[in-house]
Amino acid sequence: MSVWLVQMFNSLSVSSILLLIALGLAITFGLMNVINMAHGELIMIGAYTAYVMQNLFADYLPASWFGAYFAVAIPAAFCVSFLVGLALEAGLIRFLYGRPLDSLLATWGVGMVLQQLARTIFGAPNVGVKSPEWLNGGLSLGGSVLPYKRLFIIGLVIVTLIAMYLYIYRSAAGRRMRAVMQNRQMAACLGISTRRVDAMTFAIGSGIAGVAGCALSLIGPIGPSLGTYYIVDAFMVVVLGGVGKLLGTVAGALGMGVFNTYFEFWTNASLGKVLVFACIVAFLQWKPQGLVAMRTRSLD
Amino acid sequence: MLLKNATVRRKIVITLAYAAVVALLACAPMFLSDFRLNLLGKFLAYGVVALGLDLIWGYTGILSLGHGIFFGIGAYCMAMYLKLEATGAGRLPDFMQWSGVTSLPWFWEPFRFFGVALLLSVLLPMLLALLLGFFTFRNRIRGVYFTILTQALVLIVVTLMIGQQAYTGGTNGITGFRHVLGFSLASPSVKNGLYYISAAALVGSFLLCRRLVRGPFGKVLQAVRDGQNRLRFLGYDPAKYQMFVFTVSAGLAGLAGVLFVLQVGIISPSMMDIVPSIEMVLWVAIGGRGSLIGAAAGALLINASKSGLSETYPDFWTFLLGGLFIVVVVFLPKGLFGLLARLGARMKGGLGDAMAGGRGRAVVGEDHR
Repeated sequence: MSVWLVQMFNSLSVSSILLLIALGLAITFGLMNVINMAHGELIMIGAYTAYVMQNLFADYLPASWFGAYFAVAIPAAFCVSFLVGLALEAGLIRFLYGRPLDSLLATWGVGMVLQQLARTIFGAPNVGVKSPEWLNGGLSLGGSVLPYKRLFIIGLVIVTLIAMYLYIYRSAAGRRMRAVMQNRQMAACLGISTRRVDAMTFAIGSGIAGVAGCALSLIGPIGPSLGTYYIVDAFMVVVLGGVGKLLGTVAGALGMGVFNTYFEFWTNASLGKVLVFACIVAFLQWKPQGLVAMRTRSLD
Repeated sequence: MLLKNATVRRKIVITLAYAAVVALLACAPMFLSDFRLNLLGKFLAYGVVALGLDLIWGYTGILSLGHGIFFGIGAYCMAMYLKLEATGAGRLPDFMQWSGVTSLPWFWEPFRFFGVALLLSVLLPMLLALLLGFFTFRNRIRGVYFTILTQALVLIVVTLMIGQQAYTGGTNGITGFRHVLGFSLASPSVKNGLYYISAAALVGSFLLCRRLVRGPFGKVLQAVRDGQNRLRFLGYDPAKYQMFVFTVSAGLAGLAGVLFVLQVGIISPSMMDIVPSIEMVLWVAIGGRGSLIGAAAGALLINASKSGLSETYPDFWTFLLGGLFIVVVVFLPKGLFGLLARLGARMKGGLGDAMAGGRGRAVVGEDHR
């Protein structure tokens, strides 16, 4: 019983990380039809922001304050990635609307440059982020220990998700965003600046990637190519969940996380991945549009 | 009359250019050192991959980020034969002994024979591509969705290869080859021969691809790229064309893998991973998608400058490559070859200019999704 509980917890933990990464992707893809391959590098930027924050706190502030650095690092990571995303959209992405495959390749190029930049600034080897004292240890539950770090990440994802929900479905900016998503031309005719909505959405997606990077710095060392391997799984979440709806992404991430963990538990890491891939391809036979699809009459 | 003269002249010029390229390839061993010749042979193998990629991406609008896998499977098949040949009958390859395997696994058995290995190294990638194509194209999964699936395929195959160290050699891959069909791989004359075989394979693949993209069949492929639904309304089944051309492309990548492993002498998962796979697409993008010569030339050009520059300035090379990727995709959708064609047409002016301009714009077309 306890094994099952731990596995369930692990799969929740994996899902939460996947969700955090896939959220931004799903929104930019759903809204602008842009595939952002540099998303992984935005995650990396977030992680390095946490690293820089840690060093700043250690160097310039009294030791007793050190534990607070992580609370500062999360909003800082959001802001840095947000700004990078804004610059990226203004300088590159807006030339690529309506060319999703080209956007994929161009952003891959951006990713290469950003990775190399990180390598030049921080060096090629991985660096460690020392997690604050209050996140060490774990919660004992029925004979098994649930690490605080993982619980913290799950909590962080829930908070992010609620914030996203409020922004998209309960705010004026979110309403404009959904309008553009549903019918770009009509929204533009009604006076919505689609340019500004695009820029804002892309930047927010990037900011969330930064938060994800912060979270990843809790569970392992970080390096320039941190994002590359998460990004493929995150894209699978998007494909599985369907684009344009938060619910789809949540369901996709949960599905990926649960299947991944249990398959890996029953077989081994590499076979588990194969099985998950086979399941996704099989699932797409049934629902090629993903779990939750936006209904549309257009034949694209 | 004038137009006819111009087309005749154009044909003559093109034929002469082809002849010059073939002659250059044939004479290369005379003025290149053994080391350089070996490199060139490797680049020619890459050129074969680029042709296959151009066939599906430039002409049919399918972007595959998974060609490293097809390339790698081809290479591994040949490597398994070479390894068994080097190990000798009745003994186990070294990495199997280290992993405690006691007898040769059943799926290694067929690779004792050169012919079987060669055949499988082309057929296995084709089979894998056909399977993936069958389960995606028929459901109209296309555009970026398909691309993402191919990238996921790379990730899982590489993970599998690394995980099954006892059977695949793990991260180190397979190396330590000696002979092929009784010829020593180290001897210069065998290397020369392999170079010529690579050059012939490139020319042969070029002719095959050109045959495919010309005529009615090629027109259907381009229609799949530009307006799949219209094609469907006209009574064609785009899925069949996509499956066919994707399979051919995978076969070419497998063939390239064979040529690669024979000349380079090692294959490992890092040579078929996500980054090499996407680099293959880059060759085509920079050379010129939608032009077979451009794609092959792109592979040669990028790899030549890579081996030249990355040894002396490795950091600078990555910046350059990433930057090139962005610039070419945003500003030169037809790649360097398209740029050359446009410049050439501009110099002639008049009719040629209008034609090249029109063609340049057509590729940017909307239905790449």
